[in-house]
Amino acid sequence: MLWKLTKGTAFYALVVLIVVLAVFPFYYAIITSFKTGSALFTVEYFPTSFSFENYVSVIKAGSFSRNLLNSLIVSTLVVLLALLIAVTASFALARVRFRGRSLLLLTILSVSMFPQIAVLAGLFEVVRFLGVYNTLWSLVFSYTIFTLPFTVWVLTTFMRDLPIEIEEAAIVDGASPWVIITKVFLPLMWPAMVTTGLLAFIAAWNEFLFALTFTSSTEVRTVPVTIALLSGASSHEIPWGTIMAASVIVTVPLVVLVLIFQRKIISGLTAGGVKG
Amino acid sequence: MTAIHLNNVRKSFGTFDVIKGVDLEIQPSEFMVFVGPSGCGKSTLLRLIAGLEDITDGTLAFDEKVVNSLTPSQRGIAMVFQSYALYPHMTVFDNMAFGLKLAKGGTDEIKRRVNEAAEMLQITAYLDRLPKQLSGGQRQRVAIGRAIVRDPKVFLFDEPLSNLDAALRVQTRLEIAKLHAKMHETTMIYVTHDQVEAMTLADRICVLRDGIVEQVGTPLELYEKPQSIFVAGFIGSPKMNFLTEKHAETYRAHTLGVRPEHLEVKDKGGAWNGKLILSENLGSETYLYIDIGAKDPLVVRQDGTASQQPGELLHISPINDNVHRFDQSGRPAASN
Repeated sequence: MLWKLTKGTAFYALVVLIVVLAVFPFYYAIITSFKTGSALFTVEYFPTSFSFENYVSVIKAGSFSRNLLNSLIVSTLVVLLALLIAVTASFALARVRFRGRSLLLLTILSVSMFPQIAVLAGLFEVVRFLGVYNTLWSLVFSYTIFTLPFTVWVLTTFMRDLPIEIEEAAIVDGASPWVIITKVFLPLMWPAMVTTGLLAFIAAWNEFLFALTFTSSTEVRTVPVTIALLSGASSHEIPWGTIMAASVIVTVPLVVLVLIFQRKIISGLTAGGVKG
Repeated sequence: MTAIHLNNVRKSFGTFDVIKGVDLEIQPSEFMVFVGPSGCGKSTLLRLIAGLEDITDGTLAFDEKVVNSLTPSQRGIAMVFQSYALYPHMTVFDNMAFGLKLAKGGTDEIKRRVNEAAEMLQITAYLDRLPKQLSGGQRQRVAIGRAIVRDPKVFLFDEPLSNLDAALRVQTRLEIAKLHAKMHETTMIYVTHDQVEAMTLADRICVLRDGIVEQVGTPLELYEKPQSIFVAGFIGSPKMNFLTEKHAETYRAHTLGVRPEHLEVKDKGGAWNGKLILSENLGSETYLYIDIGAKDPLVVRQDGTASQQPGELLHISPINDNVHRFDQSGRPAASN
């Protein structure tokens, strides 16, 4: 009896510890964002004062809302573009027999192993060559490149598990490959698409290195760069309040998205593994 | 009313030949059954006719028109798959209407045809349901309905009953027979490994073995005049008894085939004598396994229940000398 109780207590203590470790940084950002002045520099674990001043100053300050919009545009475009290319590519990789298919698939996977910093210089040249330096297109372009291997891989695995007879039934019904993809496979692939799309969105939303390198003017920056470059009145002052408020604003859309698609993600993550 | 003509049709996957030159005439509005053991190429042959696989060599013609390079829908075929292959996200109605919508049929026309087919298969009540809300038998009927609405020239079935349980299988088999009677102008090809399905449904049966046609004929022709040991053994249940060496020599044959139902137990003086090893009593009939000194025990079918006990010595004779004589190559031996 006592042993059982101890075991139960230990289990929940561990759960609480993990939750606290995971959530505390964000929690601290939220309570800090509501503080002002010197209160910012006192360590407090519960909110004592409550002020929207930081939020107002972030939104009013320079180009923050513009940068937020940039992030939204870039991430959405990356998701749409990556899914369009990945769905059509995975159809070919999963369902069309051709020479060197598995080699191609492995190449795609190995591309995703390159660290960002290794290809930065080369990619910079490509971006310059394409004439998209310092535009949002440079980010759409580079993020799509980095998202595609993962997206293609996941969707190919998923599409391979769809019963071949369903495709053949559609062929007998007179469907072209495009009709098969859009009318038959897409509706079955929503869970996988939502999962990969959301992960692509989060990756694009949080990306920092490319965003810092491929843009130079304030109005084409995305939020992670903006937050990093937020400066106070003097070069010695770090505007913690504003930074925290900006961080919270940036995180909220992701949390909302994940909550909306939560159930789809769960079924999507298992659907590839177990035939269903 | 479509005749199908296969002329030396071959199919290879890489270097592996699956169909090794098939010549076959299927008459207009015939119900043809492809039957054979697993791996004999019967499904592949059906898929070649459907257009789901490319023909490696030879010609396939529908009514004299070569269709080798046409897509399934251009050929005007419809197919019922073993696993039903319904679109999981569409209602029964949409499943059946999908092909018509792609062919740009009018909305009223589509509705009329789907309803007609649904009525024929008694699935009108389920038209708004999704496939996952249906039982196996209902799903298979939807799959058949999806094929019917397209009003195909050729109707193909790929082992449509093998996913159903035994009772449902018999019932659906009857429904397919009825369907054939209703759609008597449509040519139908049916693949199965179940010889009962083949015997009961077919106008003619094509027995396949290792990618080659063994024999084509009506069910009775195959039963009464098998052209090879393979066909003789494949058609009929329980399997035909095969005797060799001294048992066959008396009949001037290399291999002698006798069906269990063509053997009788006599009081004395039978063609063969042996001890009863085992008797299987099914109520309506009994199978006696008798050791007559051949490789395998001789199986004898008796009406009703049998009184013989294991260990008893029995005398057996073929009824009316109803035996099949085969030569060394496994073909029927010339009479005398």
